[in-house]
Amino acid sequence: MAEKIATRAAYGEALIELGAKNDKVVVLDADLANATQTGKFKKVYPDRHFNMGIAEANMVDVAAGMSTMGLIPFCSTFAMFGAGRAYEQVRNSIAYPKFNVKLCMTHAGISVGEDGGSHQAIEDLALMRVIPGMTVIVPADANEAKKAVFALAEYDGPAYLRLARLASPVFEEDYPFEIGKANVIREGSDVAVFTCGLMVCECLEAAKLLEADGIHASIINVHTIKPIDAECVTKYAKQCGAVVTVEEHSVIGGLGDAVSDVLMGKVSCKFRKLGVDDQFGQSGKAEDVLREYGLTADQIAANIKAAL
Amino acid sequence: MTTQELEKFCAAVRRDIINMTANAGSGHPGGSLSAVEMMSAAFCTQMRVDPRNPRDPNRDRFVLSKGHAAPCYYGVLAELGFFSRDEFKNFRQLHSILQGHPDAKKVPGVDASTGSLGQGVSIAVGMALAAKHMGKDTKVFAMCGDGEAQEGQIWEAFMSAAHYKLDNLTVLFDNNGLQIDGSNDEVMSLGDLPAKLRAFGFDLIELPDGNDAAAVVEAMNRPIVPGKPRCILGHTVKGKGVSFMENQAGWHGKAPNEEQRAQALAELEGK
Repeated sequence: MAEKIATRAAYGEALIELGAKNDKVVVLDADLANATQTGKFKKVYPDRHFNMGIAEANMVDVAAGMSTMGLIPFCSTFAMFGAGRAYEQVRNSIAYPKFNVKLCMTHAGISVGEDGGSHQAIEDLALMRVIPGMTVIVPADANEAKKAVFALAEYDGPAYLRLARLASPVFEEDYPFEIGKANVIREGSDVAVFTCGLMVCECLEAAKLLEADGIHASIINVHTIKPIDAECVTKYAKQCGAVVTVEEHSVIGGLGDAVSDVLMGKVSCKFRKLGVDDQFGQSGKAEDVLREYGLTADQIAANIKAAL
Repeated sequence: MTTQELEKFCAAVRRDIINMTANAGSGHPGGSLSAVEMMSAAFCTQMRVDPRNPRDPNRDRFVLSKGHAAPCYYGVLAELGFFSRDEFKNFRQLHSILQGHPDAKKVPGVDASTGSLGQGVSIAVGMALAAKHMGKDTKVFAMCGDGEAQEGQIWEAFMSAAHYKLDNLTVLFDNNGLQIDGSNDEVMSLGDLPAKLRAFGFDLIELPDGNDAAAVVEAMNRPIVPGKPRCILGHTVKGKGVSFMENQAGWHGKAPNEEQRAQALAELEGK
């Protein structure tokens, strides 16, 4: 896993490929085309890229209107503004009528780093997940981000794609991607670790550390938070008898709660949620911020061990 | 459609509004009655729509940004034959296609789900922008209210309509001067609306009487100004056509009782 590419960068590349394949695809941005990487698409397809200025509420509703005309709008800004500021527009004008709009929001999570807590969305998964009918996806690496973009273009309905600013390792292995189908990327009998996004890589490293202590961890990449792969979650929870969820998101409302919703009252097992512990983020180098909030491989390994 | 026919159509829609809200025991008659002429004129004299084929890809589009005027919208659509007037009795009831605010998934002829104020004009901008992008000659109409213009997003939408030179978009601005808590000026002054709308880049047509059907049609028939979105700012009367509702903020979101229904229908009879 030598090469590091941010999922947002892969998103930009994927849009260009998608643009060539599907002329219905259009892209909207809110004055962040360089940061979100939709600027790459703009260079190739300038007449299919719409800068809506710093007006996110208007942007997502314009995307809603475009979708009713048969276009497939991919709409991007930072997760804080796309899922946060424009939340009610997404809820009422896109999800309620089940419009085919793809909300691809970058700079999610605390790995945003230096911009600080005001720009680190740690509640976007929670906000999007509670909306009826919303598909919610968090790719783990650049390859998965690309596959998710292509899958979403084929899927008819509202969807939220969570993308990261930070360049992160690209897996050597090529995993299949199907919306709603989790990928088991490591088998182990002692604990089922359900994770997503940048934390998948950290959890794989953590699993190696645990192995040295004789703890065998299954690592499951739950790239689709909604609809969640209940079958896989149930199977591995039963099989291992212990569950830990790890996400770069608040421990409230995200992957951890999605997993617990599946298991609650059905599977008896140890359960621990790891993530940002009901507090705001802060400025710092991404690696330092992740460490401050306990989301690096060695910290995750220690917490998994403590949970068993 | 002649002016006389349009006026008859408008009277029928007004009776629909009274019946729907009275049946439901709730709803928004005031802002529905003020919107009748502009909405009816758009559908009856301007728009290419086919009630038998509500999803016709070549249809023109209408977005009711002030979604609480749903009774007016449902009245217009039913009078045109998009669905049966029998549905009126189900307005605001469980399992009805006629939700309290328009639901695009449920009502034939409704293209956007609205009701949360400030969002519909943006959706209409998206439709008009997409039509331009796709090389279609689709005309898009959006109706907003004056109270609704207190939402900042309305102005974001206006800004983007001018930026993208959407001369296929007409905003029908229903300026009845009243909102739930009182007059616009008491609640939050809108200032010099004509000047603001012109400054935001509209081809503005101001109608001293937005409930004058002939004047509304005349405004809509004017040639478009290339590269400019149009706004028809109609000064209207909230509760128009029902004496005891006219210019009363209290009738924003209150249904007539049976006695009031009878009186209202009597006043609207034969118009």
